[in-house]
Amino acid sequence: MRRKHSWLVLAVYLLFTLAPIYWMLHMSLRSNLAITSTFAWIPESLSLANYATIFTDPAWYGGYVNSIIYVVLNTILSVAVALPAAYAFSRYSFIGDKHLFFWLLTNRMTPPAVFLLPFFQLYTAIGLMDTHLAVALAHMVFNVPLAVWILEGFMSAVPREIDETAYIDGYSFPRFFVRLFLPLIKAGIGVTAFFCFMFSWVELLLARTLTSVDAKPIAATMTRTVSAAGMDWGTLAAAGVLTIVPGALVIYFVRHYIAKGFAMGRV
Amino acid sequence: MSATKPVNQRAWWFVLPVLVSVAFSALVPLMTIVNYSVQDILGPDQAVFVGMEWYKEILRDPDLHGALYRQLIFTAAVLAIEIPLGITLALAIPERGWRASLTLVLLAMPLLIPWNVVGTIWQIFARGDIGLLGYVLTQLGVDYNYSQHPTDAWVTVLVMDVWHWTPLVALLSYAALRAIPEPFYQAARIDGASRWAVFRYIELPKMRGVLTIALLLRLMDSFMIYTEPFVLTGGGPGTATTFLSQYLTQKAVGQFDLGPAAAFSLVYFLIILLLCFVLYNFMKDPQ
Repeated sequence: MRRKHSWLVLAVYLLFTLAPIYWMLHMSLRSNLAITSTFAWIPESLSLANYATIFTDPAWYGGYVNSIIYVVLNTILSVAVALPAAYAFSRYSFIGDKHLFFWLLTNRMTPPAVFLLPFFQLYTAIGLMDTHLAVALAHMVFNVPLAVWILEGFMSAVPREIDETAYIDGYSFPRFFVRLFLPLIKAGIGVTAFFCFMFSWVELLLARTLTSVDAKPIAATMTRTVSAAGMDWGTLAAAGVLTIVPGALVIYFVRHYIAKGFAMGRV
Repeated sequence: MSATKPVNQRAWWFVLPVLVSVAFSALVPLMTIVNYSVQDILGPDQAVFVGMEWYKEILRDPDLHGALYRQLIFTAAVLAIEIPLGITLALAIPERGWRASLTLVLLAMPLLIPWNVVGTIWQIFARGDIGLLGYVLTQLGVDYNYSQHPTDAWVTVLVMDVWHWTPLVALLSYAALRAIPEPFYQAARIDGASRWAVFRYIELPKMRGVLTIALLLRLMDSFMIYTEPFVLTGGGPGTATTFLSQYLTQKAVGQFDLGPAAAFSLVYFLIILLLCFVLYNFMKDPQ
């Protein structure tokens, strides 16, 4: 049931998506002089010097390690607290449920510029400044509401009869939740984890504000490339290419979950 | 959220971890900002209560009106392009197989690039002399220069945002489409429904929940867009791409006036809240 020419739309759009990414790859293989002086359809040289800089300088590869630590921490924490809440929202009504649901989302709506200052003060006061945990906790403000919302949708697609049958069969709640229910919404957990990972990975302002040395993320490391000598475009582009890799791996692993969707809806 | 769910107040225990973790990092900063917004901060230990003074000043600021106006048009354009385009793409992605996997991974790539890098890449990519987009446009005879012409700058920021965020709408819609059970399509085939009828009466209603998320996310995030245009155009030329966040930062950092900046932040927050609330209720209500 699809239009014959839909693949054409998709192909054209993918070209549009890949063009800037091609250009980033293209820049990452050239020297700064070549980037800023001449146009070339394909790089005249295939120099890996920019990548070598990143893999040999601890300030660079350390940024990746820091980012991955707090992003993974954030993803685990966000999904863990969101799971029971999403279950409550999808299965029960309780005082204030609808308001709470929308309130959660309002926490994504605070314009960062001025809010960075109280965040800095708060995390300094509790002694978490420049730790991975600080960034992971701060990013929960925008990831938890999203996680609850996505998971609630997937959970609501599971018929309530499944819960009831399990109780009749003598399952305790924790056992039912972990053994029966979670496997049913694997797809939703995969998709949610991907979105938490993504939003935490690309965020710069909070991550930069809450860290200085020990937990400095890769996105903040990249702002180093602006110096008196001008921009170090090549290294920046190489770092950019490398930032796609972890997320691409994550989506590659959850692709089946997205693709399978709610197969259990047909049970 | 149907009305037939059993009432169970103990469900609050399930919600508690979310409440605590979000409130911890959200309420304290919010209250701090409210506190700043009603004071004139003269020094580290010196502040005078000024009541609503900063709010009055902010609401009369003509530059803010300009930024708000540009912001509203920009966000409207973002939604008008990204939502239909995202749905169209979701419908075109193959249902299964390696083609589906490849498409999903390629499509998601722009989402995975840190926002400052997005701006930096487009800064070169759109340059007329050394960037692919700018070079091609110039060769085609288009007088294009995003750092000189306000319209070019505005369109470039918009195209960059479409490039950056349409995949989000497409991925969410795709997940929702895959969730529609096959019998729905079989029934439609038996009834001889047209492609449009299938979309309008089966696929679109089934996507409502996910589309609400997609719309709200794009509304609030595009309303707070900062990093990408800051890196690409710095808000210029002139004020062509000075959206609300950009203007707020100029005010907060440039003039270092914490009181008015805090009042501005809260007014800004309330505008987003209001817009999302209206949209949320509009999408929730089955027509």
